[in-house]
Amino acid sequence: MPVGITMLAADKITPDDALSAANTGFMLLCAALVLIMTPGLAFFYGGMVRVKSVLNMLMMSFISIGIVTVLWVLYGFSVAFDKGNDLFGGFDWMGMHNIGLTELWPGYTIPIYVFALFQMMFAIITPALISGALADRVKFTAWALFIALWATVVYFPVAHWVWAADGWAFKLGVIDFAGGTAVHINAGAAALGVILVIGKRVGFKKDPMRPHSLPLVMLGAGLLWFGWFGFNGGSWLGADGVTAAAFTNTQVATAAAMLGWLAYEKIRHGSFTTLGAASGAVSGLVAITPACGAVSPLGAIAIGIISGVLCAMAVGLKYRFGYDDSLDVVGVHMVGGLIGSLLIGLFATGKVQSDAKGLFYGGGLEQLGKQAAGAFAVLAYSLIVSAILAKVVDLVMGFRVDEDDEVAGIDQVEHAETAYDFAGAGGGTSLGSLQSAHPGGEAKKKDAKKDPKKVDA
Amino acid sequence: MKLITAVVKPHRLDEIKEALQAFGVQGLTVTEASGYGRQRGHTEVYRGAEYTVDLVPKVRIEVLAEDEDADDLVDVVVKAARTGKIGDGKVWSVPVDTAVRVRTGERGPDAL
Repeated sequence: MPVGITMLAADKITPDDALSAANTGFMLLCAALVLIMTPGLAFFYGGMVRVKSVLNMLMMSFISIGIVTVLWVLYGFSVAFDKGNDLFGGFDWMGMHNIGLTELWPGYTIPIYVFALFQMMFAIITPALISGALADRVKFTAWALFIALWATVVYFPVAHWVWAADGWAFKLGVIDFAGGTAVHINAGAAALGVILVIGKRVGFKKDPMRPHSLPLVMLGAGLLWFGWFGFNGGSWLGADGVTAAAFTNTQVATAAAMLGWLAYEKIRHGSFTTLGAASGAVSGLVAITPACGAVSPLGAIAIGIISGVLCAMAVGLKYRFGYDDSLDVVGVHMVGGLIGSLLIGLFATGKVQSDAKGLFYGGGLEQLGKQAAGAFAVLAYSLIVSAILAKVVDLVMGFRVDEDDEVAGIDQVEHAETAYDFAGAGGGTSLGSLQSAHPGGEAKKKDAKKDPKKVDA
Repeated sequence: MKLITAVVKPHRLDEIKEALQAFGVQGLTVTEASGYGRQRGHTEVYRGAEYTVDLVPKVRIEVLAEDEDADDLVDVVVKAARTGKIGDGKVWSVPVDTAVRVRTGERGPDAL
């Protein structure tokens, strides 16, 4: 995010501070692209769980769209981006008050409203990323409460640290173009904090937990990849040469990471898997996120390969250490985010978004030090606060569903639905009887409550 | 009457169906099944986690036959199902007391 990162004079999007219709239109489309990443993530995760919990997995992402959108307008945008102090923003923009429709985001050519909308989509996907670590086992209401608390106490302030002109990490000179620190390290560390509190799935390391639909995983990875161009390309808040560089680096690093993961997997386990291709691509997207405005395409290839291989190795750690990071949020997002954030300290060319140079371009170790400070501060803060929030939610309402319900399948218990009707017998007519489909059939509804489902599937 | 049951490799189904039709069999029932014999299962890898999958997909074919046709039918099925590789499956027959055609109420061999 280039809000206050030193821009080279030549890179100024337009010389004056007039609204640019081109940049505004581009940014609105980018916001829509970033939104599609959350349903994409839902499919990416949903395909990886077992049949009995795919709906819950999808819903954990979708509910974030509902909750965070509302919080963002109420106070999230204000706390993250209004003028405040080093740690959090102000409160003047609560409810989107005091923002003029024609008022431009300082230093740019797009309205504040457009910036707020674009950033809203980041705030939505970040809590959704955490959900992959909690597959199969948490109460939906507890998750909803956790999202609201986590966005408020962790995401909004951390976004301020990293991206607001008066945030401490931003002032320090930490480079996080599109969210390697604020989004991925943040979400990955949060996932680790929460699973250390709530524990493993029943049967972890014992029962086979095969992904139920790899085509869904591939579809989700494809949507993520597509949407990520908005995430990274849009983070320059306008369309010019730097945007093109970020866009290019995003594509290049992702492709290289997919190759890196697949090569590691072939050598280590003997096969090129679809899950490996999808995971490798996502690890590359994560790693290039902070760096796409700082490195050259060759640097992006290096970052991609490194993240693909290291993330493929990192996903095995959970078995060694016995923490159930169910869908590898820590292994892909925290590790990938760290790789990308730190490698800026080596590969930053000083010729793209700012003149900060990495070690390999004659910049010494200074930028690496700044990157490490930002990355590990966010990691520690998110890990600790997320663990505390998880404990609070657990004490208030119990974070997990009953063990019996978890074993039977969370979809039916939490959502009263079944994902797939494969009942061959007459296309599902053998399911039982319809209990209340009449609009206004209140009396029948009551009966349905008392004597719920008659389902054999 | 006899009930002939075959649990075989799914990709042999068409072959078997055609052989049975050529023999004159009027109807059969096919169910997707899973199981293992001496071949056992196989290994799958997901993000480095290796799973042994014991149960392999099979189809289960059931045919009712008159006593005198039963042995020949078993041979027809075996011939059509065989690939010569491990995992080809099993075919067996058991005696059947009664069979009724639901629409007409015909019983015994008339119901076939």
